[in-house]
Amino acid sequence: MREEPGGPDSSFEERLKAARSRRGLDGPTEPKGFNPDGLESSPMGIGLRVGIELVAALVVAVAIGYGLDWLFGTKPILTAAFVPVGGAAGVWNVWRTFAPKSG
Amino acid sequence: MAAEGHGGIDALSQFKLVPVFGHLGETLHISQANVMMAVAGVLTLLLMWVGMSPRAMIPGRLQSAAEMSYEMVLNLCVEQIGHEGKRYFPFVFTLFFFILFGNLMGVFPLIFTFTSHIAVTLALSLFVFLLVTFVALKEHGLHFFSYFVPTGIPVVLTPLMVLIEVISYLSRIISLSVRLFANMMAGHVMLEVFGAFVVMLGAAGGIYLVPAALSLSVNVVLIGFELLVAALQAYVFAILTCIYLHDAVHLH
Repeated sequence: MREEPGGPDSSFEERLKAARSRRGLDGPTEPKGFNPDGLESSPMGIGLRVGIELVAALVVAVAIGYGLDWLFGTKPILTAAFVPVGGAAGVWNVWRTFAPKSG
Repeated sequence: MAAEGHGGIDALSQFKLVPVFGHLGETLHISQANVMMAVAGVLTLLLMWVGMSPRAMIPGRLQSAAEMSYEMVLNLCVEQIGHEGKRYFPFVFTLFFFILFGNLMGVFPLIFTFTSHIAVTLALSLFVFLLVTFVALKEHGLHFFSYFVPTGIPVVLTPLMVLIEVISYLSRIISLSVRLFANMMAGHVMLEVFGAFVVMLGAAGGIYLVPAALSLSVNVVLIGFELLVAALQAYVFAILTCIYLHDAVHLH
């Protein structure tokens, strides 16, 4: 005869566990929206993260370009040159955040 | 407060800073944000002090809260940074609780959320950034700058990659601060907008009471969601600080 988990012969720990899961007391140990890295895993959370990473790098790059332009008096050239670099840095940020871990 | 004279919804006036404590506050530039920051600090101290004062073998609720939060942040530091993480535990703990209490208090009506100001979050992330850079320089000296030189790429591309790495490193200040600020501000704007719907539709009466009730129930859901976001964002800020500290200590 097959023993049901939580049957009379199981050890106390097993029976306790079965009883707890029957009553729904053993919920997931971590709240929803968490993953092992502790960062958001919901689609909206991921989208927001990607957006912020992309824009943050661009903002920094444009700020640097604008500052250097102001310093050297080469008004639009360096700002324009830093925009693609900032975009690349943003993509690099996103890649580093979501790239599969390679050991 | 919500629906101003000309019929629009003024969702942003809730973030306005006003001097408190009368003339003295005006002279010293003390706003409600400063007061709430002090309150957040005092509440953290109270949680730890009052919570731990029974020193019971079987902890009560408050003692459990104090012990569990202590252990949670300690585990966070050790897991993310490694054994050296214990050195940075006080910093991460302070940061986590300051933000957590700031976020959580803001969920209550009429209490100002200081984390919804970019000035506050930017100052916090700038502080984290400076600390991380300082730790990296102290641990590795000038070798720290090898962090910006990726390996395994053609020599021709190195200057460009270094530039990209530097920008990427600097962008941490922005992404760390904007994430917290945007989340807190967006949540409070939503609450205010739906709150204004309730007032405006409710005042219209009749059939409009149905959408007013709907807006009210949306607000109830939003409050619950805000609680989640408040805890999550404090956690994210703390864990990202730990990840950056890990990079600074181990340089990769």
